[in-house]
Amino acid sequence: MTLLSTRGLAKDFGGLRAVHNVDFDLPQGQIRALIGPNGAGKTTFVGMLCGRLTPSAGRVAFDGADISTLPAHKRIRLGMAYTFQITSVFARLSCHENVALAVRRRHGDEASEVPAALVRVGLGHLEQALAGDLSYGHQRLLEIAMGLAQRPRLLILDEPTQGLSDSEIQAFKALIRDLSAEATILLIEHNMDVVMATADRVTVLNFGEILAEGTPPEIRADRAVQAAYLGTG
Amino acid sequence: MSDAAKILALHFGLLALLVALQFLLPAYHHGNLARIMVLASYAIGYNLLFGYTGLLSLGHAMFFAAGMYGMGLSVRHLGFTPAPALLAGIATGLALSAAFGALALRTAGVAFMIVTLMFAQAGYLIILYFGEYTRGDEGFVIQQSQRVLWGIDLTQPTARYFAAFTLFAACLLLSLQVIRRPFGKTLIAIRENEDRARMLGYDVFAHKLGAVILSGTVSAAAGAFYGLLFGYAGASFATVQYSILPLLWVLLGGAGTIIGPFIGALFTFYLIDIASGLTDAYMAVVGVVLLMLTLFASQGIGGELRARVWSWLP
Ligand SMILES: Nc1ncnc2c1ncn2[C@@H]1O[C@H](COP(=O)(O)OP(=O)(O)OP(=O)(O)O)[C@@H](O)[C@H]1O
Ligand SMILES: [Mg+2]
Repeated sequence: MTLLSTRGLAKDFGGLRAVHNVDFDLPQGQIRALIGPNGAGKTTFVGMLCGRLTPSAGRVAFDGADISTLPAHKRIRLGMAYTFQITSVFARLSCHENVALAVRRRHGDEASEVPAALVRVGLGHLEQALAGDLSYGHQRLLEIAMGLAQRPRLLILDEPTQGLSDSEIQAFKALIRDLSAEATILLIEHNMDVVMATADRVTVLNFGEILAEGTPPEIRADRAVQAAYLGTG
Repeated sequence: MSDAAKILALHFGLLALLVALQFLLPAYHHGNLARIMVLASYAIGYNLLFGYTGLLSLGHAMFFAAGMYGMGLSVRHLGFTPAPALLAGIATGLALSAAFGALALRTAGVAFMIVTLMFAQAGYLIILYFGEYTRGDEGFVIQQSQRVLWGIDLTQPTARYFAAFTLFAACLLLSLQVIRRPFGKTLIAIRENEDRARMLGYDVFAHKLGAVILSGTVSAAAGAFYGLLFGYAGASFATVQYSILPLLWVLLGGAGTIIGPFIGALFTFYLIDIASGLTDAYMAVVGVVLLMLTLFASQGIGGELRARVWSWLP
């Protein structure tokens, strides 16, 4: 079953074609990596999926329903979660409260689910710390915990491993594989090692258009992709 | 003691102290404190929007005046007794804040600030325009005979003190409850990072609208009580000065703290009172003290208390 699909999705920023005519289908339960060079339009594309950006053209469907005109918070309520590329946490609130805000919105059990989400990303010992006092890598993990705590059907992660240490990246890979039982995952990722280890399929975006799509080995072997991206990466 | 117990002890302790002071204070300070409690209630309303939701209003005098005139005009022209008149004042504030919020929240940041200023100015001009009913700048007195609530004469100092205390206690406990519940915690989240709150699935507009309505209605309740307890309604309460005052009180007392509005109103009241007894240039003294506070206690008194001693302060 297709959980998310787009047809003819496009975004212009005053003449600049950031995303152009993208048809995209994501089956339920899949881990999909979205890769592409800097400025390829990845963040812009997922911004239109979760409602942060209004498309210039095209449609988005989620779970069989057209959500093109829904505001962001309603899309999130349908079961999407989004982690920002540029870390966005509640800096002056505790880690507990950051995650609790995610749990409370869907009327979950704050007392049990908040510590569980923090433990899962390896921040169990920092529950009472202020989010703004965490290292950059730990703030990224906190955002992932906020994503998990929403129990999403579709989890969109925008470069989650940026700023993580090697051991944290290993833990992240395990977490993603573990999560795929519960959620469909759309992962924007520059680290090819993470992509190869986690993704079921890979979509390559270049100059706002889909350049290729396939399994990780297929993508690795694709010459157009090599020219556009892997060669330079 | 748990944090929750400390929070209850502090706020109920303050209320108990205010009850005790009624029996202890000399007449002059007794009268002052009654006035301060009503003004602090106004500041509590302001703080819900500014301190907890992060929306800076420069027009809250319109809500204070809406409550005052909703109460006062219904006494003057409709012959209302105090209880329904107070309700009329509060209802006026509720209706105004709902309409205002629905329109003004389409803007954000500086534009929102300017819209609040313009709405309040329009409110002031409306009071002047309908001078036939409101008596404009001059205002009107609410007679002693019109200020008897359930047989209690509100012109008597003790009755007035307890009426002011009842309002203040209700506003303090209401704001404490709001902030400890999910709705209030979401307001704080919106203040801290609106985009993130939205991307957690919160309806930011609806929450801000709720905050405007709550804030405007509490401010109106304070305005209604002020008019009733001190027996006068006038257009000066709708001027920009009365929009700036709650901002000042909240900044000094500690924006985003429950007791901050009371501390700020008390401090400012006595600062002006004492300075004006010492010199004709008392506003200069006030200015210097305010400057010192903003330099050395930038989070206000309540904010500094939270940062230095009481980390649990809500
Ligand atoms: N708000 C904006 N206004 C104008 N141009 C924008 C805006 N956001 C993105 N762009 C431009 O759109 C293009 C696509 O940007 P986008 O952030 O989607 O790329 P990306 O694939 O996420 O890149 P990166 O890997 O660096 O994160 C870039 O040229 C960028 O400069
Ligand atoms: Mg990006």
